Amino acid sequence: MTLFVQQLLIGIGNGVIYASVALALVLIYRTTGILNFAQGEMALVTTYVLWQLTDSGVPIGAAVPLAVVVGFVMGALIERVIVRRVEESSALTVVIVTIGMFLAANSIAQFFFGSDSKIVPRSIPDKATTIADVKITLQPIALAGLLVLECLVLWLLLQRTKLGLALRAVSSNPDSSRLVGISTGTMLMAGWAIAAALGALGGAAAVSGGEALDASLMQRLLVFAFAAAAIGGFDSPLGAVVGGIIVGVANAMTTTYLADANNGVDWLKGITLVVPFGLIALVLLFRPTGLFGRRVVERV
Amino acid sequence: MRRDHFVAGAIGAVALVVLLWVPQYFDADQTRVVAQGIILATAALGLNVLTGYNGQISIGHGAFFGVGAYTTAILMNDHGWRWLPTIPVVIVLLAVVGALAGFPALRVKGLYLALVTLGLAALFPDLTKRFVHGVGGTNVVQPPTVSPLLRGEVPGIVSTPKWAERFVDMDDQWRYYMILATAIVVFVIVTNLVAGRFGRALVAVRDHETAAAVLGVNPRRIKIAAFSLSAVFAGIAGSCAVLQSGTANAEATEVFQQSIYFLIAVVVGGTATRVGPVIGGFVVAFLQEWLTDWVNAIPGIPDWVSERPVLTPAFFGIALILLMYGLPDGLVGGGRRIAARLRRRSTPGGTTPRTAAT
Repeated sequence: MTLFVQQLLIGIGNGVIYASVALALVLIYRTTGILNFAQGEMALVTTYVLWQLTDSGVPIGAAVPLAVVVGFVMGALIERVIVRRVEESSALTVVIVTIGMFLAANSIAQFFFGSDSKIVPRSIPDKATTIADVKITLQPIALAGLLVLECLVLWLLLQRTKLGLALRAVSSNPDSSRLVGISTGTMLMAGWAIAAALGALGGAAAVSGGEALDASLMQRLLVFAFAAAAIGGFDSPLGAVVGGIIVGVANAMTTTYLADANNGVDWLKGITLVVPFGLIALVLLFRPTGLFGRRVVERV
Repeated sequence: MRRDHFVAGAIGAVALVVLLWVPQYFDADQTRVVAQGIILATAALGLNVLTGYNGQISIGHGAFFGVGAYTTAILMNDHGWRWLPTIPVVIVLLAVVGALAGFPALRVKGLYLALVTLGLAALFPDLTKRFVHGVGGTNVVQPPTVSPLLRGEVPGIVSTPKWAERFVDMDDQWRYYMILATAIVVFVIVTNLVAGRFGRALVAVRDHETAAAVLGVNPRRIKIAAFSLSAVFAGIAGSCAVLQSGTANAEATEVFQQSIYFLIAVVVGGTATRVGPVIGGFVVAFLQEWLTDWVNAIPGIPDWVSERPVLTPAFFGIALILLMYGLPDGLVGGGRRIAARLRRRSTPGGTTPRTAAT
């Protein structure tokens, strides 16, 4: 039982990190209809910026918000300079452009910051208490709190502000929103900027416990974030959060119980990824647009 | 229209002659890059059936490529098979695996499907590490019969047969010709398939599933068939890769990269066009291999750019973005637009060529 609760907490902790990147994916998908392959690498760049800031003496508490601001500006610039020109093209063309950004961002990050791993100082202190034999560390709890806060702010922004209304209008009907005087270009830019800022926060969360930072960090993360978004439904922020936690917990449980060296399931050893991806296939088989995704009704 | 057919035939003949002539003129290393282009083109031809004509995006075909490569490599390595007999096995196996992998496509669409296929690409390397026992217990399988170091010493080695020795000096040249021949067969099969009833059914299901069903096309069967076929061609490309490199291998980044390259080849060449994936395959292979050299050849390029191999993917990524800016519907689409403009100019009265012909 102790082990179970312990692993549950670890799973939730990882899930929260997947969820924050998935949230960024969902936000861009909601506002622009684009699946952004470069999301993880954009977060990689801001996380390197975070490391650079702390390395040159900025305290971590100030460096994280600064990295988020850098992400915000970077997202807006990327939309304006790179994505704007293909927004009207077919979905596949846009996918290839984001793949191009993915390759370029990763290699440019390595160019500037080297291929050795960097250590970002802890942004969440290494504190733990023991309650009924379960060691509870601060990191997953703080990250979960952060995620709840992110969701709340995002919800308030989208549902309770003029800007959010405009963002939603542009995503549901660009032509009509242009007619009522909304600047669609600015809204798309805002969507990318907010998503990149969320991604930056996700990147900071991924290294919040003093984890090593290298150029492959986000590629592992992105696969799970994709999985989270697919399970939850691409157009649902709530889905991204739930999906992230499902994937995180499923992962932790598989490695602990099913693939355990002593008494696990023999054939699962070394192929634990079967479980999260089997889960996606299963969820999508019954709900093709994810748990919380809106079903698209086509008129015939 | 007849003139168009003639022009197309002439271009095809020239391309074939150039491809046949490649290993005679270029050195082994350059030939290798062209062979990689042919292999990419083979897989992209298959993926184009699924993504181009049937509209289903897959970013997991690297896994099918890998299944083909491993099947060939293991049969040759552990069971002493020759290369060619492994191809029918690859075809049957991939037809089944592809159909099974296509089942989610019956319910899941668009981006969601793309992510299910991404799962395949993510899972495949772990599966090979678990179940393949290759060199030194790793998942690398190197059949000695295609090793570039051995020549004619091992029985069953893929070497130049007696009758061809007059034209081909080196075994790696012979392997190039085998890869080329395979790709040509695949090209002819795919071209005929998409030109006929099956091709129209693919497009009908892509454009409007319900309408296609009303017309008597079974969308489920077509979708599964598209998946299965594209997996078969990706698998054959994998077998060709074993012939070319002598190795079957699956690293997580590689399988993902491979899957992306196939998709890039399709889109850069031109989705749902007959020669697009072929051109795209060569473009991806050449950019991948030589773009850094080309960038470094630009006069006045600063040292801090030219001396860093780490930037290669950045050049490639930027080239992709620029290609998509200039030719959003691929090289074939862009070429057609230019050709149409030229023809309109040359036709008196500015009528379009089609009305001029009838």
